[in-house]
Amino acid sequence: MPHLRPPLIRPGLITACLLVLNALLPAHAAIPIEHWTHASGARVYLVPSPSIPMLDVQLNFDGGSRRDPARQAGLASATAGMLSAGVLAHAGQPALDENQLSEAWVDLGAQFGAQVGGDRFSVSLRSLTEPELLERAVALAARQLAAPAWTSSVWRRDRERMLAALLEAETRPGTLANRAFSRAVYGTHPYGQEAKAETLNAIEVADMRRFYRRHVVACRAQVSLVGAIDRARADRIVGQLMAAVAPHGCEALPTVAEVAPLTAAVEQRLPFDAAQAQVLIGQPGVARNDPDFFPLFVGNYILGGGGFVSRLTTEVREKRGLSYSVYSYFAPGLHAGAFQLGLTTRPDQADQAIGVAREVVRAFVEQGPTEAELQAAKDYLVNGFALRIDNNRKLLDNVSNIAWHGLPLDYLDTWTEQVQRVGVADIRRAFARVLQPDRMVTVTVGAKP
Amino acid sequence: MKRTPPLFDTVRGALFPALIGALMAGPSLAQTPAEAPPTPATATPAAPTQAQTFTLSNGMTLIVRPDRRAPTVAHMLWVRVGAMDEVDGTSGVAHALEHLMFKGTPDLQAGEFSRRVAALGGRENAFTSRDATAYHQQVPASQLEAVMRLEADRFAHARWSDEEFQREIEVIKEERRQRIEEAPRARMFEALSAMVFQASPYRRPIIGWMSDIEAMTPQDARDFYQRWYSPANAAVVIAGDVDVAQVRALAETLYGSLPASAVPPRKPREEPPQVGPRRLEYRAATEQAMVVQAWKTPRWTGGDDAANQDALALTVLAAVLDGYSGARLERALVQGLGTGGRRIADSAGASYGLMGRGPQLFTLSAVPAKGVSAERAAAALRDEVTRIAREGVTQAELQRVKTQWTAGEIYKLDSVFNQAQELGSYWINGMDVNASARLMNQLRGVTAQQVRSVAQRYFHDEQLTTAVLVPDPGRREPAAPRPAGPRPALTRH
Repeated sequence: MPHLRPPLIRPGLITACLLVLNALLPAHAAIPIEHWTHASGARVYLVPSPSIPMLDVQLNFDGGSRRDPARQAGLASATAGMLSAGVLAHAGQPALDENQLSEAWVDLGAQFGAQVGGDRFSVSLRSLTEPELLERAVALAARQLAAPAWTSSVWRRDRERMLAALLEAETRPGTLANRAFSRAVYGTHPYGQEAKAETLNAIEVADMRRFYRRHVVACRAQVSLVGAIDRARADRIVGQLMAAVAPHGCEALPTVAEVAPLTAAVEQRLPFDAAQAQVLIGQPGVARNDPDFFPLFVGNYILGGGGFVSRLTTEVREKRGLSYSVYSYFAPGLHAGAFQLGLTTRPDQADQAIGVAREVVRAFVEQGPTEAELQAAKDYLVNGFALRIDNNRKLLDNVSNIAWHGLPLDYLDTWTEQVQRVGVADIRRAFARVLQPDRMVTVTVGAKP
Repeated sequence: MKRTPPLFDTVRGALFPALIGALMAGPSLAQTPAEAPPTPATATPAAPTQAQTFTLSNGMTLIVRPDRRAPTVAHMLWVRVGAMDEVDGTSGVAHALEHLMFKGTPDLQAGEFSRRVAALGGRENAFTSRDATAYHQQVPASQLEAVMRLEADRFAHARWSDEEFQREIEVIKEERRQRIEEAPRARMFEALSAMVFQASPYRRPIIGWMSDIEAMTPQDARDFYQRWYSPANAAVVIAGDVDVAQVRALAETLYGSLPASAVPPRKPREEPPQVGPRRLEYRAATEQAMVVQAWKTPRWTGGDDAANQDALALTVLAAVLDGYSGARLERALVQGLGTGGRRIADSAGASYGLMGRGPQLFTLSAVPAKGVSAERAAAALRDEVTRIAREGVTQAELQRVKTQWTAGEIYKLDSVFNQAQELGSYWINGMDVNASARLMNQLRGVTAQQVRSVAQRYFHDEQLTTAVLVPDPGRREPAAPRPAGPRPALTRH
């Protein structure tokens, strides 16, 4: 199995070594994830990648949007955005306003910021590893984590911009379709919550401060590092960053409910005078820890994930010219993220396209893929595995994912085996269990008969 | 996870670099630059090797950049033909041809190209810009020969039936609906291009006007293919885990053996000087207005003359205005720091084309804040340039944007695909593999005085075209396709 080249060996030699290794031990060409628990409680995952003098760090916390109170949907995202809006004076260092802080980062040639997904609150740092620069970048990151300014005037301003952008987005049929789909699939589950004017208006900086202290905590932190550093240096960096959030303590978090299955089909047709109709079809899917993750993953590649060669693309686009883009995916998280199929088409073709797409899904759930389709999928996934890990950015995503979902450290090493093990019957069984074509949500915006 | 509302991605960043990039065909500075990073002590020698260029026996160019960090390779075939090489009535044919290139050859059924690449474990796509058409795959290094074989076959022997053509035209019409008709800002940019350029073919949308797409014939695409897909008009760019000598031999066999043909002469179609301001309103069912101001500027061609010096300084000017969070435009318009706390805009941006086969623009744009007129926002944008014309920029700002670029030079090494993309872009613009390093070195030399000087000289009314997107909530989308246009390269998928 291919992987990033080990360092310190002349490139010319490695090719030969690897080929031999690949031939003999396909399952054991390890991607060397070093893992340990830092004294602060943070779990650390390091992949040394020495050939470019740069380092990427990602800190993950249990503070994604699923933790948003319903009346303050958007709180996690707002908190992430405001984390870069300046720092207070702290530990003998002066305060920096949002612009001074941004300038400080640019002057280091480094990048820092927070992002939010459904599950995770993530903080990212990218820096060169030239020792003095890295030292200063880590110190600035720690300062920012320790003492965010939470300036209310900045929040009021950003909120104004968000409200304006929200109004603009609501003029687009795609926004309306996504919103209706989320509501129908997730019901009251926080995965379906979306920021609206009233929820944004209910958020103040004090809420952010509380949210931040509660969720960004060392005891539950996962720190992934990929770059030109060794374990000792990584551990020191983790120590500096975790010291910054240590005062937050380690408050226990409540359990989040699971996504409820649909009890009946939902059909929503929203009128919209659009140039193109938006179609979304789906239902709650699976959580990432579902034992059928691989059959569903491989199966969906065949159904609607595989670029130009999927069944949906073949039937909807290639054979009938009904759409430029048509896809399906599962979005497995800590809870059952949606299975979603999407397409856009001329308004008067919407019903035809929906008919074709539904029939493709129905037939796939009923019969599964052919042996030939499964083989083609395995060829793509197995042969192309190296492309999933061939740079630092991709490795970081993978390692963070392993950490977040508690996957085994050899997950990447056994990945192709797991794909190879999937059979037609596994896919059929998994799809039949997880998807109910007669009980899906169908949202159409802007269709005309 | 696709659950986060997208608007939050933009809370602290510029709201629409992508959109502004929309107007620019060439690589914008964010992706541009260079070479020879300083090698700190921590780095092991795997550092990238210099790219090399070869001319194959039929005139095709081969560019190879070995980077043996991972056992993968990016393979791109660039053709120096894009939307700018079209003529009225068949706009969009370069892009339509790009789609049709997936429809097979005498040795390959329609759709089989994609199936073969997938079976190799490869990822593939293609894109069309105003200046170029490119086809690309990323594959395990061991499969490079196989994709070279497929691409060489397609380059020389692509064909499509009239039925395949008709189906694909329907797909392209859907693509146009998705990218343009359903995106008011994209329609405004389309209209802006059509106004800012009169003789230059840059005035036409890459994807083509809807009526041109509808009227296109299979033979239009065949003629365009015959005319422009000549080995002398194409470059194969390969970056990744390869041995240069081996790749060169392979390319000579697979690509170099294709029959040579002459590249047709290109008519200059030069844009005449603009001698007075132009202004357009584009009304659409939006909530937010938008204003864009575009000035005609010189482009960077790699030379040392005054125009090239100005191009470098304009690049710095754009970065000082909008190169990082909290740069001048954001501060003055979005934060309202230049206007006593009164916010002028919800977002503001600056962008400069730098490079391209056709004429380049410097654009300022803003989404006016609620209650602020487009005129007021436009004036505030210009005020920031005027301020630089009057006071210059600080050494700290100058150093800051240079530091950012220098670091970017290292970060960009993380992706071999981006390396291939950059090398191809320079080739399309007639530049060699050292252009990136040269550009970076020259940018490092730009002085504050040069930046001030371009701010003084290029931003006059006479060269200005203004487009205003006017919210007209009562207006529904036009039932029939209407003029409009974005500039990012169109990808097939």
